Amino acid sequence: MSGCGLDTAPILHPKGPIALAERDLIFTAIYVMMIVVIPVFVLAFLFVWRYRASGGKGKYTPDWSYSGKIDALIWLVPALIVATLGYLLWTTTHKLDPYKELASSEQAIEVHAIAQDWKWLFLYPEYGIATVNELAFPNERPLALKITSDTVMNSFIIPALGGQIYAMAGMTTRLHLIADEPGQFTGRNTMYSGNGFADQHFQAHAMTNSDFDAWVQKVRSGGTSLDAAAYTVLAEPSIAHGVEYYARYTPNLFDTILAKYASRPAHKSRMADH
Amino acid sequence: MLGRLTIDAFPFYSWVAMAGAGVTVLGGLIVIGLLTYFKAWRYFWTEWMTSVDHKKIGIMYIVLALVMLLRGFIDAIMMRAQQAFALNSEGYLPPDHFEQIFSSHGTIMVFFMAMPFLTGLFNIVAPQQIGARDVAFPFMNSVSFWLTAAGAGLVLVSLVVGKFSEAGWTGYPPFSGIEYSPGVGVDYWLWALIVSGVGSTLTGINFVVTILKKRAPGMTLMRMPMFSWTTLVVSVLMAFAFPALTVVAIQLGLDRYLEFHFFTNGDGGNMMNFANLLWIWGHPEVYILILPAFGVYSEVVATFSGKRLFGYDSLVYATGCIGILSFTVWLHHFFTMGSSANVNAFFGIATMVIAVPTGVKVFDWLFTMYRGRIVFHPSMYWTIGFIVTFVIGGVSGVLLAPPPADYLMHNSTFLVAHFHNMLIPGALFGYLAGMNYWFPKAFGFKLDETWGIRAFWFWIVGFYLAFMPLYVLGFMGMVRRMEHYNVPEWQPYLQVAAVGAVLIMIGIGCIIMQLIVSVRERARNVDVTGDPWNGRTLEWATASPPAPYNFAVIPHVEDIDAFADMKRRGVVGEKPQHYEDIHMPKSTGAGVILGALGFLLGFAMIWHIYWLAAICLVAVLAVLVMRCSNDDDEYTITATEVEAFEKTRIHSSLTIPSDAEVAGAAAGKQPQPGNI
Repeated sequence: MSGCGLDTAPILHPKGPIALAERDLIFTAIYVMMIVVIPVFVLAFLFVWRYRASGGKGKYTPDWSYSGKIDALIWLVPALIVATLGYLLWTTTHKLDPYKELASSEQAIEVHAIAQDWKWLFLYPEYGIATVNELAFPNERPLALKITSDTVMNSFIIPALGGQIYAMAGMTTRLHLIADEPGQFTGRNTMYSGNGFADQHFQAHAMTNSDFDAWVQKVRSGGTSLDAAAYTVLAEPSIAHGVEYYARYTPNLFDTILAKYASRPAHKSRMADH
Repeated sequence: MLGRLTIDAFPFYSWVAMAGAGVTVLGGLIVIGLLTYFKAWRYFWTEWMTSVDHKKIGIMYIVLALVMLLRGFIDAIMMRAQQAFALNSEGYLPPDHFEQIFSSHGTIMVFFMAMPFLTGLFNIVAPQQIGARDVAFPFMNSVSFWLTAAGAGLVLVSLVVGKFSEAGWTGYPPFSGIEYSPGVGVDYWLWALIVSGVGSTLTGINFVVTILKKRAPGMTLMRMPMFSWTTLVVSVLMAFAFPALTVVAIQLGLDRYLEFHFFTNGDGGNMMNFANLLWIWGHPEVYILILPAFGVYSEVVATFSGKRLFGYDSLVYATGCIGILSFTVWLHHFFTMGSSANVNAFFGIATMVIAVPTGVKVFDWLFTMYRGRIVFHPSMYWTIGFIVTFVIGGVSGVLLAPPPADYLMHNSTFLVAHFHNMLIPGALFGYLAGMNYWFPKAFGFKLDETWGIRAFWFWIVGFYLAFMPLYVLGFMGMVRRMEHYNVPEWQPYLQVAAVGAVLIMIGIGCIIMQLIVSVRERARNVDVTGDPWNGRTLEWATASPPAPYNFAVIPHVEDIDAFADMKRRGVVGEKPQHYEDIHMPKSTGAGVILGALGFLLGFAMIWHIYWLAAICLVAVLAVLVMRCSNDDDEYTITATEVEAFEKTRIHSSLTIPSDAEVAGAAAGKQPQPGNI
């Protein structure tokens, strides 16, 4: 399979337990579905061959049109399969709820992701730093994302780690991911959003705690500040935007962006108080 | 005076767009030129445009569908060509052009290819299958068709004047809102949907009433042929689902035109409501497209297996289940919007449950072939190709049904492959099977089988090559709607997909050849009996093509396979004791005038030419009032005329009466159009 580029397929080779569980659910469903699919293939070829008018060997009974046994079988077997998969669906949907915090001995690292035209802005409230189109986090700690949009609807995914959730202006969605080991993965917006959509991807870096601390220092050392004026410039549409580091950002930036789209002034001020 | 319509609306900015406009204009000029050259305008007006005969309206629907299939396919192959080359490069299409192409491809294929195709089949077949002389509301039927054509016209015109939407066929706000899409594109999309959506709603109402009220005596609901059952269920879905689309389109229009805030980012708008309303229409729509094809397969598989349909009751209940369940799954189009696990799990399970009745149907068709005598007519090729291919699409659908799996695959090319895997075998193959199966009924001669089988093989091989790579690309992390990309591993798959598109193009060429060859050699393929396939249902009891009144004497139905039963009892071709006068609706130009006004109204609104829009609205009202005040809307075919026509039919085993003879039989009583 490696010759077909499939060894690089992030969905087939997940790098975190969430994506692995999501992938395994797909595989399980494929296996269970074979109970129906294989008989259909076999019967289709067999019947077409055996009952062809030009020399088929099968018996011809033009008025035979019902069998209670077959009828029961073709309702009950698919129903049983769906009941089985339905049970699996119910439990996994709860287990893999993207809003659910991941159990870990380590404290989660919180990152705020903001979709812009056509790039991703990441805020690290714990460290006071911000980045554009680069997401770094320690692989030992769960990654807790709060996501919104400062433009049209986007959808945030890192296929190798799991996915995906919409980013919508004025609203916060959440996604919890974790990486097995250090590595670099591509993440992107999957929701069509305009001219720069094709280039709206970023690199996610899972790193050891010490590498991550060094990375934070690197971002801080740049000294650039993401203040209100700088944010306004950044929020302008830009295509294939490069990586940017900000040593600090305006406090409450995430809530300010949310509040921009709140409907009533009273609501706006309450949101800004967060 | 002309709103925002200026010279800049014409596509002088790009040679690709110019070529598209050129082809559209040229196509229109050729049609106009041919009609003029053959002096066919009068014939075209009196026999077709003003006709309220359901069979002629059905044929016009299918011609519209085939024309739009070509247009939609050109979009498809342009996208495949772009993606085959656009690794780390811009390809030959700039983003805003690529965006218009995928938006118009989806819009055309769903609204102006599939919808007219299935509605055309309903029109030609359903009334005959239930032993009726006409639909319940023949004039409304004509209005429905012309509104659909008006919507299609708006999409075509967008190629020449202005641009089409860049917001995808689903047009999600806020992207489709005025803030992010200020041009005319989204307005073209909106008005095409609104105008044609009204037509579809009316079609739904028309066929619900037709089937519930106009069945021949003895045809209980549980003796109705499967195609009529799917027509009934789909019509109910249309009547209930399309208003949701019309409402959501009008809401988005209010956002765009009058600064409402239904779906805007700020000021209290909520884009999530759009997604809900759109898919409350959109998921039933999937079954609106697929169920008619299921109906076709049920008829084809029984006829060409020479056998009664297996598990008729199961098929009826399965169809009903699918119809009801189709309204309970819309949220699976946006599991990733952040609903709670309980909500997502509910809709996920509902989605899977639909697989049960669908699976039952597949086995019912298989067991219809069991102990049959299978004749490999092209329509049977499409059916068998469908069964095998559709199952793969069904599996990929079940894979997408669990929300956690959907979190990974949503918006990926896996999803694109999935829904094409449902809609190409599950809808289009069925329509093509139906075209091959009922063509002799509509025109009096059979379609060429060799070219039909060639078309099938190119289509099915092309389909696998075009879409199986997209499944793999989904696993490789490729998302839909990318006009270029930077992952070299994707390119070979996209090139295979492009080859698949080329094979499908040859398949379409074969269908065109099939039509040309069949028309040229029609004398050899003429169907004199009205029953070329030893059919089992009532539409085969009429002449091919049928008289305007379908049935001289309304048959009495005693079995599910009513016509097979009549043949067995030997009552086919029996001369009735006497014929009666038959009243048929007169042709009217009101339908085509309303369609033209709908088109103009849409065009005026798109370009903000409000005075013209106001005139159109007043004119629509005026036409409706005039039409409703006209009581002289029927003509009579006398018993003698009916007898004369039926005599030529029953006693002639060599010649089929031509259109002219049929018309002659009702001479003098032919409706004079222009009389609104």
